[in-house]
Amino acid sequence: MHKQEFLNALRERLSGLPESDLAERLSFYGEMIDDRIEEGLPEEEAVAQTGTVDEIARQILTETPLSRIVREKIKPKRSLRAWEIVLIVLGFPLWFPLLVAAVAVVISLYAVLWSLLIALWAVEIALWAGALGALAGAVLYFAQGHTPTAIAALGAALVLAGLAIFLLFGCRAASVGIVKLTKKIALGIKSLFVGKERAK
Amino acid sequence: MDIQLKRGLLDVCVLAAIKNGDSYGYRIIKDLKPYVELSESTLYTILKRLEAASMLTVRTAEHDGRLRKYYHITAAGLGRIEDFKNEWKEVISIYQFVNEGEETHA
Repeated sequence: MHKQEFLNALRERLSGLPESDLAERLSFYGEMIDDRIEEGLPEEEAVAQTGTVDEIARQILTETPLSRIVREKIKPKRSLRAWEIVLIVLGFPLWFPLLVAAVAVVISLYAVLWSLLIALWAVEIALWAGALGALAGAVLYFAQGHTPTAIAALGAALVLAGLAIFLLFGCRAASVGIVKLTKKIALGIKSLFVGKERAK
Repeated sequence: MDIQLKRGLLDVCVLAAIKNGDSYGYRIIKDLKPYVELSESTLYTILKRLEAASMLTVRTAEHDGRLRKYYHITAAGLGRIEDFKNEWKEVISIYQFVNEGEETHA
């Protein structure tokens, strides 16, 4: 096989590689063959010593990173990717409000939970205020001599205080529960993204 | 031989082949032949790697009416050879340690 035949065969076998890589490779092998000829070897012998086309092609393909080959392969698809970018830009009025809505739903869920807690604590405070007010009233009525009214007011104060103490347990349990729940929701949202990344 | 180790050794071999003056592909292979059999494709990959690491520079010069590429070692390349010599002292001491361990077990 002559030098030019050898280089042509090699070019044909490696046609998938980037052109600049290929040209450099071929000039490298060409130089090797020329140097062997210069040393006094006949051209065919010089080519034979360089190796067979199959061997060299296989080795070059093994050494070329897959990413480089893949990049070369998918080059014509670039226009499609540009088209996809256009689609994303054009779809902005659609997907952006959806994203905002999803975020708003999560935020309002938090708001509902926390306002429930605030309402519970407000009732608790109101009960205590009522109990104190009734107690103060009882003292005043007693001082003014309205004993039956004073006793009724005292009774009301005791009932309100009792309800307040009872509700205090409920409030505390609800607070702990909601804090735990919000933590769980936050964790759930995070794992949604982490999980997706792992799946990739 | 471990691929990673062999790769490092071949890199240093090629650097050593151009240490005392610029050389070209075919001569590097010939000079290294008594020590290590290097195929053309392997040499190409090594030269590319060393060039990317700035351990050598390439220049194209005319020779006998055709073009030939000459490789010139840089300061970084010379430094790599020195590093190799120092690393090798460590390897030898590890080798001796491993060998002694075997002798005491036997």
